[in-house]
Amino acid sequence: MARIIVDVMPKPEILDPQGKAVHGALPRLGFTGVSDVRQGKRFELEVESADETTLAEVDRIAATLLSNPVIEDYAVRVESGEPA
Amino acid sequence: MSARVGVVTFPGSLDDVDAQRAVRLAGGEPVALWHGDHDLQDVDAVVLPGGFSYGDYLRAGAIARFAPVMTEVVAAAERGVPVLGICNGFQVLCESHLLPGALIRNDHRTFICRDQVLRVENADTAWTRDYSAGQEITIPLKNGEGGFVADAATIERLEGEGRVVFRYVGVNPNGSVADIAGITNERGNVVGLMPHPEHAVEDLCGPGTDGLGLFTSALKNLLAA
Repeated sequence: MARIIVDVMPKPEILDPQGKAVHGALPRLGFTGVSDVRQGKRFELEVESADETTLAEVDRIAATLLSNPVIEDYAVRVESGEPA
Repeated sequence: MSARVGVVTFPGSLDDVDAQRAVRLAGGEPVALWHGDHDLQDVDAVVLPGGFSYGDYLRAGAIARFAPVMTEVVAAAERGVPVLGICNGFQVLCESHLLPGALIRNDHRTFICRDQVLRVENADTAWTRDYSAGQEITIPLKNGEGGFVADAATIERLEGEGRVVFRYVGVNPNGSVADIAGITNERGNVVGLMPHPEHAVEDLCGPGTDGLGLFTSALKNLLAA
């Protein structure tokens, strides 16, 4: 088994109200020095093997369902290290 | 004979019954359509109602887009059948690529519910012919993710082709680019808007009857065809 990670983030030019809300809460908790926060989504896909065909398929999944290309960018990678 | 207007119910739709009622008050015959069916029951027009289809999981409208009935709605829209998306329905139309752009969380980060003044910018779509261009109407608005965004080229094209159908007047309630409240496709048969015309069809409830015009426009158009 292998785990493929898809990270989805709002495009830089798209307003991210959730990230802004998180950023706004930090000083109230005493955390200063964080100049910006962007909030995205992380998907973990369990697959039989992370071969080329599967990765191409996950890329299509990411482009059609997991992200909206109008407002979001995505990145696909295979999780390295020992499985959980 | 009256025109038959289908109203799709997804899991999490809230305003499907109100939309059916609006169709009836406008003189049409509402037909309940089910998200899981590959069947539009030969309706003459389709309304995608407001609510939180599939709990707004992933993104508002993202999962509804892949519901079986949407295959038929997309095909019908491409044939020229009038399709109206209200609030969550607008989000579904954008996710389905029947309309350009996307709806994101309101810039002020809160849910908003108010009677909203809109200006009808395009009175030549299947859903707005009973209005006149420049007319101001008041209908309820209620959303958490109503900020319309698109890249600069898309906005320029929408503005240049007169495809902005409704614009917010007075206040911009959600951070939408260029105060855009509703848009149409190139052909003018698909219209999406965030405010809820189906909640303004009777004097007893809501701010008046300004919303009825969308439904009568489509019906008049269908009977004339």
